[in-house]
Amino acid sequence: MSDKKPKRREFLFTATTAVGAVGAAAVVWPMVDQMNPDASVKALASTEVDVSSVKPGNTITVLWRGKPVFIRRRTKEEIEEARSVKMEELIHPEKDEDRAKNPEWLVMVGVCTHLGCVPLNDKGDYNGWFCPCHGSHYDTSGRIRKGPAPWNMEVPKYEFVNANTIKIG
Amino acid sequence: MSDHDYKPKSKVGQWFNDRLPLLTLANHLTDYPTPKNLNYWWTFGGILTFCLITQIITGLTLAMHYIAHADMAFESVEHIMRDVNYGWLIRYIHANGASMFFLAVYIHIFRSLFYGSYKSPREIIWILGIVIYLLMMAAAFMGYVLPWGQMSFWGATVITNLFSAIPLVGEGIVTWLWGGYSVDNPTLTRFFTLHYLIPFLILGLVVLHIWALHVPGNNNPVGIDIKKPSKDTVPFHPYIVIKDGFALLMFMIVFAFFVFYTPNILGHADNYIEANPMVTPAHIVPEWYLLPFYAILRSVPDKLLGVVAMLSAILILAALPWLDTSKIRSAVFRPLYKQFYWILVADVLILGYVGAMPAEGLYLLIARVATAYYFLHFLVILPVLGFKERTLPVPLSITEPILGGSPNLAAARHRESKIK
Repeated sequence: MSDKKPKRREFLFTATTAVGAVGAAAVVWPMVDQMNPDASVKALASTEVDVSSVKPGNTITVLWRGKPVFIRRRTKEEIEEARSVKMEELIHPEKDEDRAKNPEWLVMVGVCTHLGCVPLNDKGDYNGWFCPCHGSHYDTSGRIRKGPAPWNMEVPKYEFVNANTIKIG
Repeated sequence: MSDHDYKPKSKVGQWFNDRLPLLTLANHLTDYPTPKNLNYWWTFGGILTFCLITQIITGLTLAMHYIAHADMAFESVEHIMRDVNYGWLIRYIHANGASMFFLAVYIHIFRSLFYGSYKSPREIIWILGIVIYLLMMAAAFMGYVLPWGQMSFWGATVITNLFSAIPLVGEGIVTWLWGGYSVDNPTLTRFFTLHYLIPFLILGLVVLHIWALHVPGNNNPVGIDIKKPSKDTVPFHPYIVIKDGFALLMFMIVFAFFVFYTPNILGHADNYIEANPMVTPAHIVPEWYLLPFYAILRSVPDKLLGVVAMLSAILILAALPWLDTSKIRSAVFRPLYKQFYWILVADVLILGYVGAMPAEGLYLLIARVATAYYFLHFLVILPVLGFKERTLPVPLSITEPILGGSPNLAAARHRESKIK
């Protein structure tokens, strides 16, 4: 600023513009935020699933927050295959021990991390899942091994309520 | 232009026109001096206006029967097809009308590319056209989601997921677009709202597009600036009106063929299965008019870069007036550009073909080569060609070569000189 004192009119211009901008932002935000998930959508945030009928080597798919969740009861070979992989071979390195706390049960969001398709069970080059849309291959731990998807399939927050029931969310 | 001198004949007309000069506008549109050598490639502007109006009218009538709700949308479309009087006709016109719209817009765009219509002083017309084209794609995509079939649902899932490629905020943007954690009812209702809005935005932009066109006037097959009005021009009415009308009639025959004989050939059978978030169809393929860009998306093995490449392929067109450094507009006088033009046409058709095929093996390789060539054309060939190419002599007026005895004297001279 020069040593000249700002004029009254300049001050008024700046103050009016600033107040106007704040007012406009206060009106715009509700208009933008109304598109975010609403209270009724958020209320459906958890699902309980009875898994007593799932046999080893089978997968059930349940809907959680509008997305399919795969619950697979893995066979011994599958667990072994998933746990023997070296971290260096993985695109998105994650230990199977961290993805499946109870090794027999793999619970993950059945959505390809590329563009959101549902991968097919027991397909692909790694005996896990294969996404038909753009050809991503996942292993028996749901980790991305080949194709355009950048990450492993997401493991949601879940817990065993009792021996036969899983609560997702 | 002599718009300012216009004076309505009747007293009432004068009274009205002094208050709202609509009659002056009507007179301008009627007398608008148009190059007299416009060929049939120039009739697609009128055809596109027809397409837009058709989509708006059929869309309005469909909206009277359609229910934008995830539980009822699919059923309401079947209700339109089976119960509503002439519902099948209106829906087939609307669905095939989208394809006809894109067919016409691609011809319109490639007309511009051949005759250099995007060059100075018509850059703003061109950029407005690209914005219209982008809005058309948005409208077509959202419209395809409304029947809530399998392709609707999974197409919506894949396309909205493109935004998840944006680092950091991508996932948040996708959730915001969906209004939930997956494509669901909130997504459907907002898509319906936007699908209803966009055609009117396009209509507004079309008015600007035509306004911007009427400032310098039409380009023409010879691609030279002409005096207006002069021996080189004819009034828009009746000359161009009749020519446009005849072309529109021919276009409507093609349109009617699709509507009445093969109304589903351009769609996918999977879309007659109701949306199921648990099962993805085996082959997700977008509508034919998006296939070249889909091929570009899939040809890049990285998610973010694939999306960037696809968007760049469209946005690069907006920079075309500055990428093409040649002063000569029409390809008629640019022997090298003419060849590269046809290679580009072939390249885009190849991209469209491999976009419909599975992304593996030879198809993937072809898609990669074609994608690379697409960018090479705009980023290297066009800028360099403007400096290197030896163009043919351009006539001084449209009339000159005709009086000289050849429809294209310059080209004839060129051929003669080659023989000698």
